[in-house]
Amino acid sequence: MTQAVPSAVRLDGGSWLRRIRLPAQPLGRHLILALGGAVVLYLVTSALSPYNDYEVGEIALYVIALAGLSLLTGVNGQISLGHGAFMAVGAYTTALLMTHTHVNFILELLAAIASAAVLGLLIGIPATRLKGPYLAGMTLLLALALPPIADKWSGTFGGDQGLTTTVPAAPGSVNPERWLAWIQIMGALVTLVLLANLLRSRFGRTFRAVRDDEIAASLAGIQVARTKVTAFVISAACAGLAGAFLGLSTGVVNTGEFPLTLSIQLLAAMVLGGTGSLMGMWWGAILLVYLPQWSTSLSGHFSLGSGASAYLATIIFGVVLIVVMIAAPTGIQGGLRWSWGRISHYRSGSHSISPRVPPRPDDSRPLSRSHDT
Amino acid sequence: MSLFVNITLDGIANGMIFAALALALVLIFRATRIVNFAQGAMGMITTFIASSLLGQGVGYWWAFVAVLAIGFVLGALVERVLIRPLQGKSELNPVIVTIGLLVVLEGVAGAIYGNSSRGFPAAYSQSGLTVGHTKIAFSHFDVFILGAVLALMIATLLLFRMTTLGLRMRASAFAGEISRLLGVRVGLFLTLGWALAGVAGSLAGLLVAPTSSFGPYYMDLVLVYAFTAAVVGGLESPVGALIGGLITGLCISYVGGYLGSGLQPLGALALLMVALMARPEGIFARPPARKV
Amino acid sequence: MLEVQGLCVSYGAVDALRSVTFQARSGSITAILGANGAGKTTLLRTISGLVKPRSGTVRFSGEELVGNPVENIARRGVAHVPEGRGVIAELTVEENLRLPTLWSMGHHQRQAAIEATFELFPRLRDFRRHHASALSGGERQMLVIGRAFISRPRLLLLDEPSLGLAPIVTAQLMTLLRDRTEGTDLTVVLVEQNARSALSVSQHAVVLNLGEVVVSDEASVIAADNALRHHHLGF
Repeated sequence: MTQAVPSAVRLDGGSWLRRIRLPAQPLGRHLILALGGAVVLYLVTSALSPYNDYEVGEIALYVIALAGLSLLTGVNGQISLGHGAFMAVGAYTTALLMTHTHVNFILELLAAIASAAVLGLLIGIPATRLKGPYLAGMTLLLALALPPIADKWSGTFGGDQGLTTTVPAAPGSVNPERWLAWIQIMGALVTLVLLANLLRSRFGRTFRAVRDDEIAASLAGIQVARTKVTAFVISAACAGLAGAFLGLSTGVVNTGEFPLTLSIQLLAAMVLGGTGSLMGMWWGAILLVYLPQWSTSLSGHFSLGSGASAYLATIIFGVVLIVVMIAAPTGIQGGLRWSWGRISHYRSGSHSISPRVPPRPDDSRPLSRSHDT
Repeated sequence: MSLFVNITLDGIANGMIFAALALALVLIFRATRIVNFAQGAMGMITTFIASSLLGQGVGYWWAFVAVLAIGFVLGALVERVLIRPLQGKSELNPVIVTIGLLVVLEGVAGAIYGNSSRGFPAAYSQSGLTVGHTKIAFSHFDVFILGAVLALMIATLLLFRMTTLGLRMRASAFAGEISRLLGVRVGLFLTLGWALAGVAGSLAGLLVAPTSSFGPYYMDLVLVYAFTAAVVGGLESPVGALIGGLITGLCISYVGGYLGSGLQPLGALALLMVALMARPEGIFARPPARKV
Repeated sequence: MLEVQGLCVSYGAVDALRSVTFQARSGSITAILGANGAGKTTLLRTISGLVKPRSGTVRFSGEELVGNPVENIARRGVAHVPEGRGVIAELTVEENLRLPTLWSMGHHQRQAAIEATFELFPRLRDFRRHHASALSGGERQMLVIGRAFISRPRLLLLDEPSLGLAPIVTAQLMTLLRDRTEGTDLTVVLVEQNARSALSVSQHAVVLNLGEVVVSDEASVIAADNALRHHHLGF
């Protein structure tokens, strides 16, 4: 593939939006976008208070988990209600290494990714034989089955108290929360670039082919089972990294951090952001991080009891799932793309990108996906 | 030896409850090809309503019957309002909607009833019966569980096999389009299937409540155990649900008794995976050969 | 009498039927012919209500059918035997026969109707308590024909009934249809790939090509038109 020379970004009065060109080759595009994102986020975190930085970091770590889930469900068509379990595995791995060893931080993260990937392999293999509802049921059971193991061997896993994690020291005078946020943001951007490239590659096409029609895909020579397992392992690995980051954010890793509701909230966040989208996951992550606060203030507004606010958040997640599925299956990102398509269509008359029609109700593919980035 | 006997009896009692909820899952799956992950939570909500009624001084059996009726209505309502709009679109959307409903119901129950730990009374004494000179781990309440679930199963089987209503429900479930062409109001009977499932789910909720930590999440594990039971039994028939329920109940009980209760979900997961792998063709929504 | 007027049906971007217009008289058999993909099955599915047309009307005995639920159309006396026959394999033979009578007949009438069907198709009586999955292709055909007739339809839609049947069985089937239609007010619309046998029993024929009506004429006229037969019907 020829390397396209990136044209300069031209700012040109009223039609600047149309004039921006990005390099044609995906990797270049993604790197530049990531770089831009890094700059923006650096500026944002520098301007915010340490607590807000902490939240931005949390958003970033959830983006990692959601991006993996989005790849699994939106692009490959498999559903998982157990990604909380993969996050738990990543978190505990990192915490164990931090507690008992003095291994390099990067290695600890890699170990989290690897251990979650291994579990993903173990689950992904039987998962190849399961259709949607059965896979959902099995992963649901996984989400419920895994945390009690840590309780059973509470000696190793720290029981109720859990294990503590330590963030690597920040350089110089950088605030520790800000430093952690940068680490998590870096992780998110790296993950997004890798996944985006993956989706543009032959792999991405294979994933989609399997999602759309397994029989046709296998007739076309695609190794269906291997593809599905690969997607599962990748998404599990993402969740593992996210789990490790979550452990760093909270400072402690115990089973209370990974209830069933976490897995369901991940699903809701992914669906809201836009199943199959990567950038859409930022919306979902924002929901995950800020909903507890919003529902607390909301329940205060209606003077509900203090216990009620936690349940209000749960109700809202459930309502999000139901409403999005019935009314707007492509989520926020899909809706944005649709609007963008309409705007471009109006602005440039008849010759332009054809307006992206929102998916019809009789779309027979599993869920309706917005385009990935 | 007596430990083994007691564990086995415990497994049977639990297994019957799983069978009741598994029956609900089977009825819905047969009718609409959907696994209703909210079925346990629906049973939970109706049981909470029962708890409120009891708190108001309503007699136990009145509350029992009332709540079964509410389960019937709730099942029909969910099918018409949430599931019907999604019919025929994709396989995954209804699954996600039922998960959403699960979460909403748990949230509502928690918001209304709060965290206050409340118990739920059992219909009968829960102390073990005495056989000969020994006390066994099977109480009057366990006998009631056995009887109630068997009655439900038999009633369901009679309904399906012996009545024209049952014939129409089966036809609607197995061959909806053809049945419509034959003048059957298929939509109505699918709703009825969900309504009956609602009754079964309510029964399960009432039977579990006395022995559990009665809170919004108390049916979560029961649901996944019932799912396992339904899969083990083949997801096709009430009899399968009963057999699957017993197998799952016994399996959970042995794991709990000999390995510790924390490992029970893991045991269920292992059983589920074995059951799923044992079907050589995997699990498909409907084998195409049926439609000739 | 069935009157189809300007029927347009699309599946997404694909036009399956383009302004199809024809009539089928009562007491006669009207054949719908054409190659695969011509829209024959879509036409029947639209008449019985399984498919909603974009525009056009379907009137039977003066009543408009379009827009009504499938089961209501069936209850108006429209019996549709779909492609692939539509035997409900999980039910017994007797249950298959009972099903369409549930809304229209009392117990005794139903029993009499079922017995009459077994008179017509004695083979089925041997299987009455067996699951329909045990039947062979020809027996399944008998079952669905019996099931269609048991509700005393006024409009009978048959989609490729001869598919997979031995020629002698097809001939018997066609004879049966003719006997049941002649001198009654039953309207039969018969979709067939096997144009030859269809033309032998029908009074009127409509030839479809890519969703459009190419010819609508007396069956004898079409059968005699060699050029037409070669071009559209393959014989």
